[in-house]
Amino acid sequence: VEAKEHPGARATPLEAIRAAVHGRRALADRESFLAPLFLLPAVVYILALVAFPFFLALAFSLSDVTAGDPSLDWVGLSNFEAIFDDPVFWRSLRNTLLFTAVTMVLTVILAKALALILVANFRFKRIVRFFVLLPWTTPIALAAVAWLWMLDSVYSPIDWTLREFGFIESNLYWLGKDNLAMASVIAVQTWRIVPLAAVIIMAGLVAIPDDINDAAAIDGAGFWRKLWEITIPLTLPVIGVATLFGAILTFTDMTVVYILTRGGPTNATQVLPSYAYFKGIEGGDLAQGAAIALFLFPLLLVAAIAILRSVRKMETL
Amino acid sequence: MARTGIEPPAGVRAPVGLAAMDAAEVERSRSRVATRRRLGRAGLYLAAVGAALVAATPFVWGTITMFKEDADLYNPQNNPFAFNISPTGEHVSFLFDETKFLTFAGNTLWVGLLVVGITLAVALPAAYSLARLNMRWASPLGIGIFFVYLIPPTLLFISLSRVVSTLGLQDSTWSLVAIYPTITIPVSVWLLIGFLKAIPRDVEEQAMVDGYSRVGAFRRVVIPLALPGIVAVVVFAFTLTAHEFIYALAFISPSTEKTVSIGVPTELIRGDVFFWQSLQAAAVLVAVPIAFAFNLLLERFITGFTMGAVKT
Repeated sequence: VEAKEHPGARATPLEAIRAAVHGRRALADRESFLAPLFLLPAVVYILALVAFPFFLALAFSLSDVTAGDPSLDWVGLSNFEAIFDDPVFWRSLRNTLLFTAVTMVLTVILAKALALILVANFRFKRIVRFFVLLPWTTPIALAAVAWLWMLDSVYSPIDWTLREFGFIESNLYWLGKDNLAMASVIAVQTWRIVPLAAVIIMAGLVAIPDDINDAAAIDGAGFWRKLWEITIPLTLPVIGVATLFGAILTFTDMTVVYILTRGGPTNATQVLPSYAYFKGIEGGDLAQGAAIALFLFPLLLVAAIAILRSVRKMETL
Repeated sequence: MARTGIEPPAGVRAPVGLAAMDAAEVERSRSRVATRRRLGRAGLYLAAVGAALVAATPFVWGTITMFKEDADLYNPQNNPFAFNISPTGEHVSFLFDETKFLTFAGNTLWVGLLVVGITLAVALPAAYSLARLNMRWASPLGIGIFFVYLIPPTLLFISLSRVVSTLGLQDSTWSLVAIYPTITIPVSVWLLIGFLKAIPRDVEEQAMVDGYSRVGAFRRVVIPLALPGIVAVVVFAFTLTAHEFIYALAFISPSTEKTVSIGVPTELIRGDVFFWQSLQAAAVLVAVPIAFAFNLLLERFITGFTMGAVKT
């Protein structure tokens, strides 16, 4: 959000006239009163149901609270010590980073390509756009269910096609082997994030002034040259924003993992959010669950600051 | 069209002086440009169709699956993309008659509508305050709200489930009505700031000169002008609530209280028994209407994203 002008610097002549006319400004006109009043409900909502639970999660992580014993007794950092001794935690952390990094690299490349397709003019564009946006507009749990069926161990149509063409002898068991399961989870997450990232990048593409591209075309620049020397440099900040949004959606999300693999086989696809869920909600160890989830926070902070910097850069474009 | 760079504009000028070329050379260069143009078009169509296929395959296959007989579906030798036995609608009617799908859909709908209502009531004044009213703390507050948007449910669901049970809302769809605005309000404020800033200040100042108070100008002039943006925010916020999974999973266990997002995967999969045709029917039937609404408003989301916090 861009900084406002100095308070009172704007519209003073108008307000002076009104003040002169009415003698005294009504409450419904006084900005110093209205501005905080208008903001109050949003601030109260966020303090009550975001800030408070956040500090409650901190308190949970420093206590011995469980689903069976809801009282909070201070135990210091012992939850964190227990987590650091837990190999599954380290595995989840590694998986989270891998899952996010690979998904993001794929997303940037594919979303950029998709955005270029979507801003072009061609017949049946609306139909293509409808299909292309489906992965993002469908509730993620249902999209994951559709993929669970695509990746079925026996009836997967992917395996059937590969068998028909003679690439494989027997089924691959997408979700049953460590590496394939990870690859599947990454593929589905990428499939889902790319349309969102493409839409954000489109916003940046549309904002490139036409005359820059026209001038380049007149100077004889081809598609690739224009891509590397005009489109990509000019849309870099918006690509940054799209990537970071995608990264946050990816490393804080557990839906794909929960539905496709439940973290399996034997934690090969366990990520921090899903591990926090299994520990905290299904296992009832609220304290450790909260402590695991809190590890997302530093990562999140870094991503958020990076987004803001990209946004600032965009303003100067 | 030139914007995408996929094809050079018609009658493109050669980089060297035309005067130096003889007629044959000009002709050759013209046909080279035409060939490149045709290749570019072909590449574009190929890429577009490929993208649509990759994106839609699970849903296309889901649509075929939902009409398949068990004997057809559960034979690994059968072509999965064709009907080897004539199609049946029984699994779709099973979804409506024998499962709580309609209850889930109804829950999603009324939770979504209530949440959208709360969101607008809270976010519109907040966005107006940040976009228009002079306030010393507007800038840091705007950034603060942006940060809240980035705090994910996964960070809060464990402590929020305690808050929800303290409020007596455990196992009730009302817990979602109370909690979902925390997801929708920040992003709606962010989008609305952009739409509100796009309305010229003169319009509301004129309204105030004409005798409206600031609040009156906001209600009678600003809100009607921002209506297209508000519609976009309504759809966006509704979609966010329909997508939400983790809170619903953590807060609610009785099946009659579930939303589509958690109801379908948890109730239509019983241990090792998967009602595959009905599951796919549910996925497709929910996906298509939401995608339609979204496509109608895509242009507006794009402007919203660019204008949000980016432009002043």
